[in-house]
Amino acid sequence: MAKTKITLRKWRLGIIVATFLIVIFALRFSERPVRAADAPGAECLACHGDKGMSTTRAGKTISLYVDGKKFATSVHASFGCTGCHADLEGKDFPHDKPAQVKCGTCHSDEQALYARSLHGKAITRGDPLAPRCVTCHGNHDIYSVKDARSAVAPLKVPFVCGQCHQEGTPVSRNRQIAQDNILGNYSESIHGEALLKKGLAVAPTCATCHTAHSILPHSDPASSINRKNIAATCTKCHSQIETVHRKIIRGELWEKQANILPSCPDCHQPHKIRNVFYELGMANADCMRCHADEKLRRARDGQSMYVNLDQVTHSRHSKIACSQCHSEVNASRVRPCETIVRGVDCTSCHDEIGKLYATSIHGQLTTKNDPNAPTCKECHGTHGILGKRDPQSSTFAVNVPGLCARCHREGQKAAVRYTGTQHEIITNYTESIHGTLLKNGLTVTATCTSCHTAHQILPRSDPASSVNANNVPNTCGQCHHGIEEQFENSIHSKRVSGYSRPLPVCNDCHTAHAIHRTDENSFRLNVMGTCGRCHERIAATYFETYHGKVSRLGYTKAAKCYDCHGAHDVLRVTDPRSHLSRANVAATCQKCHAGATRRFAGYLTHATHHDPKKYPFVFYTFWGMTGLLLGTFVIGGVHTLLWLPRAFQMRRELRVAEENAAAELEKTPAQKSASTMKEEGPDA
Amino acid sequence: MPKVEAAERQFVRFTRLQRILHVCMIVSFITLALTGLTLKFSYTKWAAVLSHLLGGFESAGYIHRSAAVVMFGLFTTHLVDLYRLKKREYATWRALILGPGSMVPNRRDLTELVATVKWFIGLGERPAYGRWTYWEKFDYFAVFWGIAVIGSTGLTLWFPVFFTRFIPGSFLNIATIIHSDEALLATGFIFTVHFFNTHLRPEKFPMDITVFTGRMPLEELMRDKPREYEALVASGKLEDQMEEAYPPIVTRTIRAFAWVALALGFGIVLWIIYAVLFAYQ
Repeated sequence: MAKTKITLRKWRLGIIVATFLIVIFALRFSERPVRAADAPGAECLACHGDKGMSTTRAGKTISLYVDGKKFATSVHASFGCTGCHADLEGKDFPHDKPAQVKCGTCHSDEQALYARSLHGKAITRGDPLAPRCVTCHGNHDIYSVKDARSAVAPLKVPFVCGQCHQEGTPVSRNRQIAQDNILGNYSESIHGEALLKKGLAVAPTCATCHTAHSILPHSDPASSINRKNIAATCTKCHSQIETVHRKIIRGELWEKQANILPSCPDCHQPHKIRNVFYELGMANADCMRCHADEKLRRARDGQSMYVNLDQVTHSRHSKIACSQCHSEVNASRVRPCETIVRGVDCTSCHDEIGKLYATSIHGQLTTKNDPNAPTCKECHGTHGILGKRDPQSSTFAVNVPGLCARCHREGQKAAVRYTGTQHEIITNYTESIHGTLLKNGLTVTATCTSCHTAHQILPRSDPASSVNANNVPNTCGQCHHGIEEQFENSIHSKRVSGYSRPLPVCNDCHTAHAIHRTDENSFRLNVMGTCGRCHERIAATYFETYHGKVSRLGYTKAAKCYDCHGAHDVLRVTDPRSHLSRANVAATCQKCHAGATRRFAGYLTHATHHDPKKYPFVFYTFWGMTGLLLGTFVIGGVHTLLWLPRAFQMRRELRVAEENAAAELEKTPAQKSASTMKEEGPDA
Repeated sequence: MPKVEAAERQFVRFTRLQRILHVCMIVSFITLALTGLTLKFSYTKWAAVLSHLLGGFESAGYIHRSAAVVMFGLFTTHLVDLYRLKKREYATWRALILGPGSMVPNRRDLTELVATVKWFIGLGERPAYGRWTYWEKFDYFAVFWGIAVIGSTGLTLWFPVFFTRFIPGSFLNIATIIHSDEALLATGFIFTVHFFNTHLRPEKFPMDITVFTGRMPLEELMRDKPREYEALVASGKLEDQMEEAYPPIVTRTIRAFAWVALALGFGIVLWIIYAVLFAYQ
């Protein structure tokens, strides 16, 4: 009886419990009918679904609550709890503290990147502030990044990172991070504004530039924000940016020469990127902390390292930060400039000019480390560089001759090593027409650089030189338009004459540096000798006739070579277009001799009496006259010479007669008057 | 003292006009020579310096042509004077030309030339020259010839545009040679042979200034031109041609002028010798 009672009791209790459980499960199933049977982690949630579930670790109360609903919608829902917490598989409740979840088991690529990253290394070091996967991604509520609920959805990334990287956090206070107020700056930047205020989900977040898992310091060559890589990083979005920056740098160079070119953040400071050019004061201010000191000297050689910022701000480079030229600075150092090993390389921006310079004689000397070689700064200066249109600039037209004179004046370093024919070039230039005009303020007149170019200066022997004989007409023709054309159609042009021997170009007649106005006396008088350098015989005969003779006496109005033959349009006299052709010669003479006829033009301007074949009349007239002269002088001379002894004899006799007369005079005063005249003659 | 008694009477050889013409001739001739030779010898440094001193070639040209005008003027004056002489003293040109005072050479000049050469070489006595010796006649006609040749070519070169309406342009080249070489002959001859023959003969040294004063001592006439003297004595006209000598101040001034002319002349001769013999191109 008793035994039956106990059995009945057991069964009753079992039925009650079972009924209770069935009711409960029925209730549960009615709530979540789909998952009730196969929901992963249902067992776990039996406990961890309790919001009040917690434990104490190291004196801290830690919630052990897992939001089952969120987990069920997360990307990991299908793996269940033990998909990640594998060590809890089959464990009895209540289980111990689970092992650290290893996301890398599945996410091996991300894990590898993370392990090498700044954050991963910090973990390895045991840095308690270092973030793990969960720090950013969360744990049970992991969604696809495309899901707005994801902790690393673009809109949330700045705040995820900002948990640590904003002012006041332990990370910002205790860790060396070169940038400050990162989140604040970012949120005000054009990127931050687009993302956070305008909701543009494609706007770059922290991870866009720093990457999600491979975050490295900018000094690391593998870092996405390393100098070498930053251009690639930025151009992921700004893919056509080189077209905007073409004036300064050819886009490709950013990647090829990233180490010497200014990188994106040199102008667009990290985290503060604006869509307008804002003042680059900050980096400069960092430099000026030391370089504003006028007494600052370089330890190596005592050279002043003082920088007059005022010069910079008034220069062409006022909008260029120090570090854009002094490009090897490392902002993470206390002395950012200590990493600088090279000098300033202007070609990183002025690339085309740099290439020209490298080919020039100045550049060649620089390559040879010649101490006399002028580099950019020798001409342009350093911090106070001004544009060539600025009258204060050393490269302003009026100042150019003085600039070049520093080396090329007689006695200076360039003039001393020069072995060519041009001397006193500065003096000659200053007195030349170009120099005179420049002195009068005509800035468009030719200065040194107009002919020699500014950056492509080459000796005239170089075929590529702007002052090479073959290029001179073109060089002069840049200003003297029309003249070049005339010249190229003249007999002095190789194209017209077909001569292979050297032909004169502009400077052969006008000189190189002492160019004078052609209506100036000096030019008019010198041109005959100039033409005569090549036209030796014809120039000599010119001097045998009127024009040449009076020209030699300094008469400038008499016809000079080019008055008849033309200056730049010299042609053979047989050419119908020549000034001296049959059709044109009278008009040419009329320029000076009003009313001159074709017959007047028959005057032989180059007649010489030395050439009986060409000028027989002149020849025979000359010798006829010479014969007349010689005959007359011989007869007259012989007559006189024969006479001389007799004349002296007469003189002696006369003297004797005079003495006798004088002696007589004392005796007979009556004869006095006759002899007085004789005495007086010689005495008077 | 002699000066008190300076009112000695001297033989008048040249008229006032003749003397003036000779002075004009000297000034004009030296001017022409200096300015012209700068052009002929333009290759010498001297020429450039002189041209510069004269105010440049252009002004030298003006001076040259002005002097030429003076030369033409005095030549014309002389011709007019001859015409008046003919009207006054001779019936016809023929009488003038063949008369005893004629400048035209004649047979007697030839014999005197031969006699003179004989005297030079010690084969005879000095001939008894008349009013004009043969070398004086030669000088006179040399000037006639010179003015004609140099003057005509000079005018051609002065007005080339006009003249080339009638002659070819290359004649200007010929004219240039004739003009300059004839001028060279004239200057060379005047400043050497004429200077010696007339002014600087040792027995007259340092200078015969008769052509400027117009008068010469009677003794000199007797010695130099005995035939003329005798003719004058014979005709009794000697006394008509005697006048008072100039006071020393006048002769001294004349001498100064003459020295300048001589110096210029010799300078020019030296320049010509240098230019022709040493600097010729």
